[in-house]
Amino acid sequence: MIQITTSDRYNITAARSLMTSLGAFAAGLLVISIIFLAAGVNPLFAISEIFLGSFGSAYGFKETVTKAIPLILIGAGLTLAFRAKFWNIGAEGQLLMGAIFATWTAQTFGEALPSVLIVPLVFGAGFLGGALWGIIPAILKIKYAINEVITTLMLNYICAEILTMLIVGPWKGKTRFGFPGTDNLPESVILGVIPGSRIHYATLILAVVSAAVLTVVIYKTRFGYEARVVGENPDAGKYAGIDFLKTSLILMAISGGLAGFAGVGEVAGIHHYLGYPASVSSGYGFTAIIVAWLAKLNPLYAIFSGLVFAGIVVGGDAIQISLGLPAATVQIVNGILLIFLIMGDYFLHHKVHIRFGKTN
Amino acid sequence: MEEIIISTIQRTMVAGTPLLLATTGEVLCERSGILNLGVEGVMAVGAVVAFIVTMTTGQPWLGVLAAVGAGMAISVIHAFASVSLQANQVVSGLALTMLGLGLSGMIGKPYVGRPLSIKMENVEIPFLSDIPYIGQAVFNQSPFFYLAIVLALVSWFFLERTRLGIQVRSTGENPKATETQGVNVDLVRYWSVIIGGGFSALAGAHLSISYSKSWVEGMTAGRGWIAIALTIFALWNPGRAIWASFVFGGIFVVQYLLQPLGISPNFLAMLPYIATLVILLVISFRDPRKLNAPAMLAAPYKRGER
Repeated sequence: MIQITTSDRYNITAARSLMTSLGAFAAGLLVISIIFLAAGVNPLFAISEIFLGSFGSAYGFKETVTKAIPLILIGAGLTLAFRAKFWNIGAEGQLLMGAIFATWTAQTFGEALPSVLIVPLVFGAGFLGGALWGIIPAILKIKYAINEVITTLMLNYICAEILTMLIVGPWKGKTRFGFPGTDNLPESVILGVIPGSRIHYATLILAVVSAAVLTVVIYKTRFGYEARVVGENPDAGKYAGIDFLKTSLILMAISGGLAGFAGVGEVAGIHHYLGYPASVSSGYGFTAIIVAWLAKLNPLYAIFSGLVFAGIVVGGDAIQISLGLPAATVQIVNGILLIFLIMGDYFLHHKVHIRFGKTN
Repeated sequence: MEEIIISTIQRTMVAGTPLLLATTGEVLCERSGILNLGVEGVMAVGAVVAFIVTMTTGQPWLGVLAAVGAGMAISVIHAFASVSLQANQVVSGLALTMLGLGLSGMIGKPYVGRPLSIKMENVEIPFLSDIPYIGQAVFNQSPFFYLAIVLALVSWFFLERTRLGIQVRSTGENPKATETQGVNVDLVRYWSVIIGGGFSALAGAHLSISYSKSWVEGMTAGRGWIAIALTIFALWNPGRAIWASFVFGGIFVVQYLLQPLGISPNFLAMLPYIATLVILLVISFRDPRKLNAPAMLAAPYKRGER
């Protein structure tokens, strides 16, 4: 007879927390291996291909850093929102709205202004776009008690349609030969890259700085404290007179705005024009949810977890080519890792005792 | 004109069917206190499994059965995480959706774009189908349509009138008190999540083998999320879910009606999502105490506590 009992664990150290995450990651990989086996693929080969494809070569690593840029930006923003238990699932739409605002600003003022002026302006516009798309659910949640998971998700779909409407209609480029998409952005807006890579360094620096600043905001400022109270103990927050609307508006403006930055990076740093939603962002808004979770809702850690999941995206592309696996494979890997990460939280907060022998 | 009216009503019923199935499932699940955001993913799994099994065996009902089984099986993950491990239900449900969308994309890859030749015959209800206009529009439908309505009514009866249904509801309202009555709260919640998953998968099966008779990745198109919104709009009542779902089915159909008027198809595609926001806004003006939301929705329950 096996007897399983649990008891609460109160002394949670950083080391234990890290070990739990690594353990969860390992357990997740085990299950992913089983799925690879079922799909007729050698799991050891597939997992090593993912790793080698993303971190094992100079080319792969450069791509990994490139894709980490939006993941760090969005992931860091989500840590703030999730701390306040504001479940922003709409980063994808906020990214797209940022890209739309950035494209308009670039096409309208890009020819007339030098890079020094237009690039910050475009980033500002992108932040504004993402922030505006982000505060709609905040208003709906605080003023009308509407569940933000649904509103942020619906706004993703709506934004994708708005973007498509623009690129097949009024914004359709003359140089695209009838295909949907805007003309290329003016030269002055195009972000510089590290030679031999696609790493648009301005956005990368912005991402790392944002994550660092946000860490200070969460742990060292009154606003950060209030955001955490809203999430952890809303009743105490109300009693202490915290303005929930103001707090939620600010945190969603930041979370959405950072996703908007990511949109600017993708348009001005990678594609150089605005195309279909699925080409502007390959699901970064959703992957970033896992980035935030793996980072234990600490924006600084999001830099590392962003790199990890960027590696999975890049490595996933690599095994698509070498093993002929469908693009959905990455989604499976992401889903399973997220499941194991949240399950791991249980073992972080509980001791599990397994006793063999007779029950008494 | 007559034909347009009949076909519009008829298509509204078809479009509302998967919404009703998924909403009923989510109502059952949420009434036990568990929020399941995995509907979209489970629906996708149901769609692909039903499609593959129907195509390979030639038996649509076998496909349906397999889909429901798959949907129930994959939902165990969410039940385990949110009931046994008291995990965050929002994140767990999202993970289930990611996994479901991914798995369906992977196993469905070889079937993309292959039409299903096996047809599920419509069922004509005798006498009722002879009623002018409504008869052919409402009472000559795929079996899924009747199944959805019957299951919603049965679920309503189950929740409101049976002992077990009351246990499900009280589990969502006050698990501690329910436990002291000798009810196994965890077991009730497990089954509520699993059965809810079966409903979502059934909705998916309708999409792939009856509605579109084909499989493409992302064919669920946010219907799972709309069902979660409809659960709120239906005030967690399967009876109300019936008309809520068909009103929404109508919004899907309006898209096609307005297309010839030269309105941007992308704008029309937004309508269901905008309508979802609108209905949530409308319902928010009700007295929150009359919303009927399960008191302990999404709150993990740990035996022996409070």
